[in-house]
Amino acid sequence: MDNLLLIMAPLFSSKLLLVLFFGTLFGLILGVLPGLGPTTGGALILPFTMTLDPLSAIVLLTSIYCAGTYGGAITAVLINTPGTPAAAATCLDGYPLAQKGEAGRALGMATVSSTVGGIFSVIILVFFAPILAQLAYEFGQPEYFALAIFGLTMLASIGEGSPIKNLIAGAFGILISTVGKDFMTSIDRFTFGINELTEGIGFIPVVVGLFAMSEMLTQSTLINQVFNRIALKAIKLPSKDDYKKTWKTILRSSGIGSFIGVLPAEGGTVASLIGYSEAKRFSKKPEEFGKGSIEGIAGAEAANNAATGGAMVPTLALGIPGSATTAVILTGLIIHGVRPGPDLFREQPDFLYGIFGAMLIANVLFFIFGFFGAKIFARITLVPNKILWPMIFAVSVCGTYSLNQSIIDVWIMLFFGVLGFFMRRYGFSVVPVIIGLILGELVEGTLRQSLVIFDGNWLMFFTRPIALTFFILSLIALAFPLIRSKKFKK
Amino acid sequence: MKNVQKQKRANKSLPFFFRDEFKVCLVIISVSVALLITTFTFDIVPPILNRGIQPATFPKALLILIIVMSLLIYYLATKNPWKVEKKLPKSFFLTLLSFFIFVVISKTLDFFLAIAALSIFVSYYWGEKRIFYLLLVGIIFPVLVFIFFETILGLRFPPGIITNIYYS
Repeated sequence: MDNLLLIMAPLFSSKLLLVLFFGTLFGLILGVLPGLGPTTGGALILPFTMTLDPLSAIVLLTSIYCAGTYGGAITAVLINTPGTPAAAATCLDGYPLAQKGEAGRALGMATVSSTVGGIFSVIILVFFAPILAQLAYEFGQPEYFALAIFGLTMLASIGEGSPIKNLIAGAFGILISTVGKDFMTSIDRFTFGINELTEGIGFIPVVVGLFAMSEMLTQSTLINQVFNRIALKAIKLPSKDDYKKTWKTILRSSGIGSFIGVLPAEGGTVASLIGYSEAKRFSKKPEEFGKGSIEGIAGAEAANNAATGGAMVPTLALGIPGSATTAVILTGLIIHGVRPGPDLFREQPDFLYGIFGAMLIANVLFFIFGFFGAKIFARITLVPNKILWPMIFAVSVCGTYSLNQSIIDVWIMLFFGVLGFFMRRYGFSVVPVIIGLILGELVEGTLRQSLVIFDGNWLMFFTRPIALTFFILSLIALAFPLIRSKKFKK
Repeated sequence: MKNVQKQKRANKSLPFFFRDEFKVCLVIISVSVALLITTFTFDIVPPILNRGIQPATFPKALLILIIVMSLLIYYLATKNPWKVEKKLPKSFFLTLLSFFIFVVISKTLDFFLAIAALSIFVSYYWGEKRIFYLLLVGIIFPVLVFIFFETILGLRFPPGIITNIYYS
């Protein structure tokens, strides 16, 4: 009962409601604009959150996360380009349905299934995050090391693209985290005599570079691309018949999305693809998929929004992000002096349940905004890239500079922009770099502290049941793509 | 699907040193080897102060992992070549050049001027020829962003020709 009251707390705070309102609005705009999205938007807004108290700051970031994930569907349905990677599967049926003159129906289903998926995942978050946090009390340094390794191997195996390339990207992310003074011995590593690098490479320059700047370079290759926009008259609530057809799909995808979200990977992107393919597998009319199936839209959208709550579970309970956007949220928590983990649940339940409540409200808010404002949001896609991207550049540069007031950070951002472009061009996902960077300190720190505890005996890692379990799971995760490809060949 | 296979066949017909997989793996391995050599220059902690492993050990392990994985990618690519990527257009190189110009101007002249120059340059080369919109992205918007960051976040931008005039 007390927890329920804490969840409802944001409803009674005008300040939090205002933050939620703007966060949801901003998230929707970011989601609608192809190439941007909640990760880039969250990273850009992070400096502004310094003017807010910790709860408002995280509420702002989480509302951007929830609304941004949904916003991608509007662009997917109307211009056949996913506003966010998580909406890629929505294009498959959303656009064909819109071409048949049923854009309103497609967006209506996307909105309803996104909301249901999002709310479902918040319920999962409320129940499972405290349980996971309780389990985390059993974790020592070796267990955290094994868990971080498990997270990275999962990311490699179920993330998008080649698992080996993902592993390289993850290792590269960890390598970036080693730049600067070694935290145990204060010895400089990879600083090359540059004073600014002794503090290490910041998270924000890397995220903004890998996402926003690399996207700017990608857009520079597409300036002659013409989108076929479909006009939207109004969003329609799904009919009784549509509900009958899709309710099972929505619930199934919500479950899939929440589960996938908990695993450290590309959260919504993977969830929506699995949600979509499962919807097709269970459908009575699988032949309609790809031609404008309403179940296809429901399956993809419920899953990608359900991944938002799922991804917050390990982020809050263990301090291990479940996706790139939750890595930004985790950074926001750390910047505001909040250390995620089991102690957070014991010491600051009001803070945590405030976040849960805010996510719940954000899902309701984007439902309302989506229904009444989709037509306006759709018009945002009309802003030409030649105007939009120079503006994004100005905000990215100032936002990156503002955190440490360091011009080197801006140059680092540009460097990672170029790097990110080439990584994506050659099939390397940038998400493992982000997760590796944020987990790097944890991986190295727990490894070295464990070795101190074990007196340098590496074998001791395998004598602890929880750590051993995570190592075995890591091996399974690494073997999974091999098994999958062999099965596929058969 | 057919298109991808065609692109892959096109890649296979190229000499190995022109193939993307070779170039990408070569770059990764070269950079990793250079960084690996750098790790040998890290200070060594005397045994009495050393807790656990040396500071260079962890980065070394990561770099070796990256090198091994890159070799594995290359080996797999010899069996299943990557598809040939389209040539990058002129607009990409101009945008890349604008990044470089930004760095030069922000270091030598002014931070604000660098943003304005890049914005106008990029917007123009991406097809915007109308003066008002060029001014909007190059002057009006950066000024608004500057004022916003300055007043809301209390940010002080680095000194430069224009910034000095503003602060004085």
